[in-house]
Amino acid sequence: MWDFIWNDFLVTGEPIIYGAMASIVLATVGIVFVLTYFKLWKWLWDEYLTTVDHKKIGIMYIIAALAMLFRGGVDALMMRTQLALPNMNFLNSVHYNEIFTTHGTVMILFMAMPFIIGLMNVAVPLQIGARDVAFPFLNAFSFWTFFFGAMLFNISFVIGGSPSAGWTSYVPMAGPELSPEINQNYYLLALQLSGIGTLATGINFLVTILRMRAPGMTLMKMPIFTWSALITSIIIIFAFPILTIALALMTLDRIFGTHFFTLAGEGMPMMWANLFWLWGHPEVYIVILPAFGVFSEVISTFARKQLFGYKAMVYAMCVIAGLSFVVWVHHFFTMGAGAGVNSLFSITTMLIAVPTGIKIFNWLGTMYKGRIRFNVPMLWALAFIPNFTIGGVTGVMLGMASADYQYHNTYFLIAHFHYVLIAGTLFGMFAGLTYWYPKMFGHKMNEKIGKISFWFTVIGFNITFLPQFFLGLMGMPRRTYTIEPEWMPLNLLSTAGAFILATGFVIFTFNIYYSARYEPREKTGDAWDGRSLEWATTTPVPHYNFATIPYVNSHEAYWDMKETGATTYDESKLEPIHMPSYKGLPIIMSAIMFMASFGLVWHWFWLAIPGLLGVIICMVIRSFDFDEGYHVPIDEIKRTEEQARGRKE
Amino acid sequence: MKNLVSWFKRLFMVPGLFALLLVASGCSGITVLDPKGPVARTQQELIIFSITLMSVIVIVVFVLFFYMIIRFRERPNWTDKDYDPHQHGNTTLEIIWTVIPFIIVAALSVPTVTSLYALESPPEETNDQEPLVIHADTSNWKWYFSYPEQDIETVNYLHIPENRPIEFKLASADSMTALWIPALGGQKYNMAGMQNTLYLQADEEGEFAGRNANYNGSGFAEHTFTVTSESEEEFNQWVSDVQNNAPEMTKDRFDQYLEPGLAQEAEYSSTHLEYVDFGMNSGRSYITDLYGGNLGEQLHLEGGEGGPWEEE
Ligand code: HEM
Ligand SMILES: [Cu+2]
Ligand SMILES: [Cu+2]
Repeated sequence: MWDFIWNDFLVTGEPIIYGAMASIVLATVGIVFVLTYFKLWKWLWDEYLTTVDHKKIGIMYIIAALAMLFRGGVDALMMRTQLALPNMNFLNSVHYNEIFTTHGTVMILFMAMPFIIGLMNVAVPLQIGARDVAFPFLNAFSFWTFFFGAMLFNISFVIGGSPSAGWTSYVPMAGPELSPEINQNYYLLALQLSGIGTLATGINFLVTILRMRAPGMTLMKMPIFTWSALITSIIIIFAFPILTIALALMTLDRIFGTHFFTLAGEGMPMMWANLFWLWGHPEVYIVILPAFGVFSEVISTFARKQLFGYKAMVYAMCVIAGLSFVVWVHHFFTMGAGAGVNSLFSITTMLIAVPTGIKIFNWLGTMYKGRIRFNVPMLWALAFIPNFTIGGVTGVMLGMASADYQYHNTYFLIAHFHYVLIAGTLFGMFAGLTYWYPKMFGHKMNEKIGKISFWFTVIGFNITFLPQFFLGLMGMPRRTYTIEPEWMPLNLLSTAGAFILATGFVIFTFNIYYSARYEPREKTGDAWDGRSLEWATTTPVPHYNFATIPYVNSHEAYWDMKETGATTYDESKLEPIHMPSYKGLPIIMSAIMFMASFGLVWHWFWLAIPGLLGVIICMVIRSFDFDEGYHVPIDEIKRTEEQARGRKE
Repeated sequence: MKNLVSWFKRLFMVPGLFALLLVASGCSGITVLDPKGPVARTQQELIIFSITLMSVIVIVVFVLFFYMIIRFRERPNWTDKDYDPHQHGNTTLEIIWTVIPFIIVAALSVPTVTSLYALESPPEETNDQEPLVIHADTSNWKWYFSYPEQDIETVNYLHIPENRPIEFKLASADSMTALWIPALGGQKYNMAGMQNTLYLQADEEGEFAGRNANYNGSGFAEHTFTVTSESEEEFNQWVSDVQNNAPEMTKDRFDQYLEPGLAQEAEYSSTHLEYVDFGMNSGRSYITDLYGGNLGEQLHLEGGEGGPWEEE
C-alpha cells in the first residue's frame, strides 16, 4: 500500500515536484484557514459556489483563467530557462516534455477558453438586454465541469505524473503501447470533463442569443461582441462533439484495450490526427473570434465612432467560421497526402486571410476620423493590430504547403501561433477584462499600473517571439529540451524577453489587487462613455440586470438612448421579475464526475462506477426539481433602482 | 500623449532593427535560407517570394495604423474639424480591401501548387539519373538507413553522393517521426505501416545536420543524424568499405536496436529489410509483438548529455 503510494501514486524524486507539493499543501491550508477564520464558508457557498447568476459565473471563470495563466506561465518560464543555453540541466528531458505538454493544454483549454467564456458570461446577456442566460443551471454546471476538469489536469503534476505527449497527444506515442503509464489518462479525462461544459456553454449561448434579445434587436442590430459570441457558440456546437468522440475512443483504447488508434490490431493512428485537428483548428477560431468581438467594441468606443463596416465585420466572421472547418489538414501537410490534397488545403487556409484582412482594415477604418483616447483597454486593442498582422502573414506563409515542409514543427510555427494567440486572444482578453472591469466590480483598473503592465507585456512579447521565427529557419525543432550551440544567442534573447513578458503579467495581476483597494468607485455605470446596452445598467449591476427592458433600434442601443435621454428604468412599466434560484447541485454533480474521472484515470472501477451512478442519481434528482425560481417584487426593484440611480438614499 | 506616441515608435523599432540586423548579416547562418540542393532551393525561393509579398502587406498595415493613431488621437488643441462619428462604412473601400487580398492569395497559390507537384518527383535538373533509394526507418530514438541496392545499412548517419537525387522511403517502427535535413529540403513524416517518399538532393559536398522533426518522447532531442555528401567516387569507396568490413545486421541485433534507447553511429553489410519492412502493413505490429507494453521507457536525458545506449 505505502509502496504504491510512494512509488506510483505520488510523483517523487524531483525538487520541483516537492516544491509544487509543498506549495499546493500550503495554499490549500492557507485558503481553508482564511475562509474559516473570517467565517467566509457560508458566504462563499451562498454567493458563489451555488450561484446561477451569469455575472458571478463570469467572474469565477475569469479568476480561474488568470490562475491558469500563472500555471501555464510558470511552465513557460521554466521551459525558456532550460532553453536559454546549450547543455542546461535545469529540466531533464522527461520533465521538459511534461511541462510543454501541460503548458500548451493549460493555456488553450484552461486559460484561453474559460477567459473567453467568462467574458461572454459577463457581457452577452447585458448586451442583448437579457436577465440571464437561457439555462442558468446548465451555465453553473458548465463552469463546475470546467473547473473540476482543470483541477484533474493540474493534480497530475504531483499525483501519478503529467501527460507528456504534447497538447496534440498524437498516437501511437500517446497510445497504450508507447505510453503505458497512467499520465496520458489525465489528458483524456480532464479534457473530456471540461469539454462537456464547453459544449453545454455553446448550446446555452446559442439559445440565449437567439431567443432572449431585447425587443427590436434583430440579428443585424446585435452588438458585435454578441455576434462573435454567437458564431463562437455555433463553432463549439459543431467542433466539440468531434473532440468528445476522439477522446472517448482513445480512452477506450487506453483503458479498455480496444484498437481504434493503436499500432497493432488494425488501429488507425492517423485517424486521431484527423479528428484532433478537425476539432483543433476550429478551436483556434473559438478562442480568436470573441477577441475580435472585444477589439471591435473597444476600438469603436475609444475612437468614439461607430464600427466601420459593421455588416462586413459580421460576414467576415461567418466566413472565417465556415472556413475554419475545411483547413485542418494544414496541421499535417507533411503526412504525405499528395500534391492534390495539399494544394486544396493550402488554398482554403490562405483564403482565411481575406476575411481577416477585411476585419483589420475595418478596424483601421473605425479609427479614421475618430477621436482616439488611449485608455488601457484601447492600448491592448491597438497593440493587437500590428502584432496580429505579423502572426497573420506568417500564418499565410505556413499555409503554403511546399514551404511548410521547412517550417513544420519548428520554432517558426511556435512563433507564429504565439503571435496569434498572445497578440490575438490574450491581448483581447486583457482588453475585454479592463474594459468590462468597472461593470463587473464597480471600479476601474488603475490606468497607470495598467500602462506599465501593458508596455512590459508588449515589449517582452516581441523580444520573446520574434527571434523564434529565425530560430525555426535555422533548423530548431519545437519540443526539443536542449539546444545546439549555434541557436544560443537568439534563444538567450528569447528567454530574456519571456521574463519581461512575465513581469507584465505579474503587474497586471497586481493591478487587480491595487485597484480593488485604491481606485475610486464607479457610480454611473457608464465608465467609458459606452455604446451598447451593458453600459445602460447601473453599477453594481442588480442581479436581475434590467428593471425594464428598452426597445432597441440599432447596434448601438445605449448610444441612441443617451441621445434621447432614455433609461432602462421606466417606473410605469415595472413588473415582478422572474429569477432562478441558486443551486448546489451543479458543483456537487461536477465533483462526483471528478471523482469518477479520477477513478478511471487509475483504472479504479470501484471508484469510477459508483461515481457514474452518482452522476445519474444527480440527474434524476434534477429532473424532479420543480423549483421554478422566484419573483423579485416591484417594491424591491424600485428600491434597488432608486438607490443605484441616486434618487433616494 | 506625445510621450505615448514616441513610446509606440520606439516599440516598433525593435522588430524593425532586428529584421535589418538579420538581413544585414546575410542569410548564411539561416540554414533554410541557404539551400544546398535543388529541393531546398525551390522552397527557399517560395519562402523569399512570400516574405516579400507579406512585407508589403505588413508595411501597408503598419503605415495606416500609425497614421490613424497619430493623426486622429485626442490631443489638447483638438477640434472636431475632421471628426465624423456617424461614418458607418465605405463600400468602395471595403470592396478594394476584399479584392486585393484575393489577388494576393491567388498570387501565392500558383507557385505553391506548382512547387507541390514538382516536389512529388525527383528534381528536374538531374532527371537523367536514377535516384538512389534509401529506406529511412526509425524506432525510439534511432535512425536506420538501408541502401537496398548496395545491401548496406547505417545507424544514425548517412552518406550520399552529390548531384544525384535521393529517394527516401520513410517509415517508422513505432511513434510518428519526420525526416528533416533543413539544408537539403523540407521534412516528411515516417509512420508505421505506411511508406512515404521524399526526394532530396545535395549540390555540393559537405556535412549537413539531419534530425527527426516530429516529437516522439524522451530521446527526441537526441534523435539526430549527420549527412555527408561526397563525390560519386568517394561514395562508392565508402559503400565498398562498408560492404567488406562491416558486420551483418542480424535479426537479433536489429531486434536489440528496436528496444527504446539511444545508439551510436554504426554500419552493417546487410539490411533489416530482409526480415521486416515497417512501411508495409505487415510490419506494423512487429515491435509491439516483440516488446509488448514495454515501449514507453522514459529516458531521463539531461541537457544533451544522454548516455548513449551501448551495444553489447
Ligand atoms: C507567457 C508567455 C509564453 C511563453 C514564454 C511561452 C513559451 C512557450 C514555449 C517555449 C513553447 C515551446 C515548447 C516546445 O515546443 O519546446 C510553447 C508552446 C506552446 N504554447 Fe506557449 N508560451 C507563452 C504563452 C502561451 C499562451 C498565452 C498560449 C495560448 C493561449 C500558449 C500556447 C502554447 C501551445 C499550444 C504550445 C504548444 C505545446 C505543444 O507543442 O504541445 N503559450 N510556449
Ligand atoms: Cu489550423
Ligand atoms: Cu500515414
